[in-house]
Amino acid sequence: MRFEDYQLDGFFDEMFQPDGSPRPGSALLYQRLRSLSDGDLTRYQQSAERALLNLGITFQVYSDKEGTEKIFPFDIIPRIIEAAEWRVIESGLRQRIYALNLFLQDIYSDAKIIKDGIIPADVIKSAKTYRANCEGLKPPQGIWCHVTGTDLVRDRDGQMYVLEDNLRCPSGVSYVLENRRVMKNTFPSVFADLHVRSVSDYPGKLLDMLQNLAPANAVNPEVVVLTPGIYNSAYFEHSFLAQQMGVELVEGRDLVVHNGYVHMRTTRGLQKIDVIYRRIDDDFIDPQAFRADSVLGVPGLMEVYRAGRVALANAPGTGVADDKVVYAYVPKMIKYYLGEEAILPNVPTYLCWIDADRQHVLANLDKLVVKAANESGGYGMLVGPHASEAEREKFAGLIKANPRNYIAQPTLGLSRVPVLVDDTIAGRHVDLRPYILYGKDIYVLPGGLTRVALKKGSLVVNSSQGGGSKDTWVLSNNPARSTQHGNANGST
Amino acid sequence: MMLSRVADSIYWMSRYIERAENIARYINVNLSLMLDQQPDGQNQWDALIQITGDHAAFKAKHGAATLASVTNFLAFDRDHPNSIFSCVRAARENARTVREAISSEMWEYLNRLYLKVRDRAAAKDLFQIEEGSQFFTEIRLAGNLFDGITDNTMTHNEGWHFCRLGRMLERADKTSRLLDVKYFLLLPSLSDIGTPYDELQWSALLRSSSAYEMYRKRHGRITPDKVVAFLVLDHEFPRAMLYCIARAQESLHNITGTPLGTFANTAEQQLGSLRSQLAFSSAKDIIRSGLHEFIDEFQTTLNEVDASIFQNFFEIRTVQD
Repeated sequence: MRFEDYQLDGFFDEMFQPDGSPRPGSALLYQRLRSLSDGDLTRYQQSAERALLNLGITFQVYSDKEGTEKIFPFDIIPRIIEAAEWRVIESGLRQRIYALNLFLQDIYSDAKIIKDGIIPADVIKSAKTYRANCEGLKPPQGIWCHVTGTDLVRDRDGQMYVLEDNLRCPSGVSYVLENRRVMKNTFPSVFADLHVRSVSDYPGKLLDMLQNLAPANAVNPEVVVLTPGIYNSAYFEHSFLAQQMGVELVEGRDLVVHNGYVHMRTTRGLQKIDVIYRRIDDDFIDPQAFRADSVLGVPGLMEVYRAGRVALANAPGTGVADDKVVYAYVPKMIKYYLGEEAILPNVPTYLCWIDADRQHVLANLDKLVVKAANESGGYGMLVGPHASEAEREKFAGLIKANPRNYIAQPTLGLSRVPVLVDDTIAGRHVDLRPYILYGKDIYVLPGGLTRVALKKGSLVVNSSQGGGSKDTWVLSNNPARSTQHGNANGST
Repeated sequence: MMLSRVADSIYWMSRYIERAENIARYINVNLSLMLDQQPDGQNQWDALIQITGDHAAFKAKHGAATLASVTNFLAFDRDHPNSIFSCVRAARENARTVREAISSEMWEYLNRLYLKVRDRAAAKDLFQIEEGSQFFTEIRLAGNLFDGITDNTMTHNEGWHFCRLGRMLERADKTSRLLDVKYFLLLPSLSDIGTPYDELQWSALLRSSSAYEMYRKRHGRITPDKVVAFLVLDHEFPRAMLYCIARAQESLHNITGTPLGTFANTAEQQLGSLRSQLAFSSAKDIIRSGLHEFIDEFQTTLNEVDASIFQNFFEIRTVQD
């Protein structure tokens, strides 16, 4: 495989140093890639894609009978994170999740952080994702955000920033596990010699965390995964996680509230359940408490939850911290609740509801990225330098009409990694979504989903907009691996 | 104990795969029979359409029954709900909703099978005799492979029993249809009885149930009443109607925990009396009182059993406080 034409183009490259030599952790992978004959990598790539298709790791593009099912695009070259860097990321994520959970606990009870003047009450109460009917809730063990998928990006200077927290129903962890499985099968030689930390115990950790939430009197807690159903784009993941944990995958219509408890409808009548890992947004989980038109949820669920007779992960109401204006205050939360500086910085954020910020944003629309406070998936967003004059005008109007709903950030030069493009290697921009579980303690899955913008020059990594994924290899501290010993019969 | 919705999907996943396999069996045997056809023989492709019970839908769409029209209708027609393609697609869709309840090997196999059948169905060219019977042989094998994977990778728990219940009821129905078509549609040419051509047809029938060699071991010479005895009343041959009903009944009682010989719901009652009826019949009695009528009644009872299973295990009812 030839790297001679590979260009860094002034971006931070996850595999190469600025002088073009591989980073220490990537040296072995680089050697292996170079030693491959032309076409080998393409063949690996194709066999990986075939494996993903056969495993049915697909999402539906159209909803006609056969549908057009596509695999989530996958790139065969792994992204490597060295042990020392991972230690920083891991401690930064622990710190951040710990503080965010304290924030959620506080904001729905005493709201001290408002009283102490750290965050204006307006900012919280005007967030679309603030749930007034979660005030006074006491989730089991005081934990709100059980599963988080924080989005991290690296700028040109090499610094990792937190881009989004994703405290509601972050998806993608199934791709982390399945990408790894496919990589082990299709690319075993490289994998064997690098000391890559395993991700395979995630389902076990998730199950432990969920069982730990069960009401104290539940002896063998019944845990279920609640999905919106087969037409949801993340359905594969819901069924995958249920399967890997060995628990039931239920839809709203399988559940019913009866005698003050949540039950599922089984072949032997109703069966009580204790913990629901719900992959349905707050708005839809209970038509009596939230959106009355929801047919996906379970009428009366919130009453049972409030009474402590069923546990939900994540707790309802966590979305308030995903509001991009609230996000801007996370470093202050860390300082306020923990007395520490944030280990992982936020991307500098201008808040359009503040006059000075807004004026700066309006004057610099051609340099900034503007985002709606409550959108995700790359929607409701303006990438100033790539936008037309008309688009910028449109956003200027939107900002002036509803300043609370917009924030702006500098356009980051996201770091790049080598990607296989038509038999050659080219640099593409990536982000990183690690997954964090908050149970008895905080667990950070070593690795995460590396999303890659497969379109040349694109900064948008979302799968709905031409993004793909890569396996993410976090190297272990201990590079020494003993050779395998066998008995005398095996060694001849 | 399992979710009603999941049990429903497992039951149908299994039925659809068995159905696809049986359609492939029908086509396969017809392909080989065609090569032995007498010039003035009747239209066996028409007979094939009769077996499946989809005669009206076929006629509306194609009119005359020919090798190409029947094969394409039964194998690849995406709008015909009982084509091989539709059955495999439905089996796979059901499996997709219960991936967490079945083994990943079962899912992966079914998914691969679907992709293969979909690709063949998407090909523009109609089926021609030159293509040979390989595709249908593969589908026949697919049903057996899926059963094997199911038996060897899935715990023999309630879900497995729903799987076997669906498979056995479907198979009993399909074997009965196969027998019916020979007797009802091909036999009336009385002059053929006892001729080499008659024996050829009975052999073809046995072969399409994978029963030819096993029949020979059991009964030797091929005679109509012995074939009926074998395909309807054999206790040990896995495609015989009685065998299927007995296994279905065992699974049903495993699901409920009701002792065999007793019943606690309508499905158990219906299946129990059907089994007794078969177990205490003789081929001569059946033929004397009319095989076609017997099979008709058998199929009606199976439909009632299916409806009872739905009501007892799958139906979602409002909960009263």
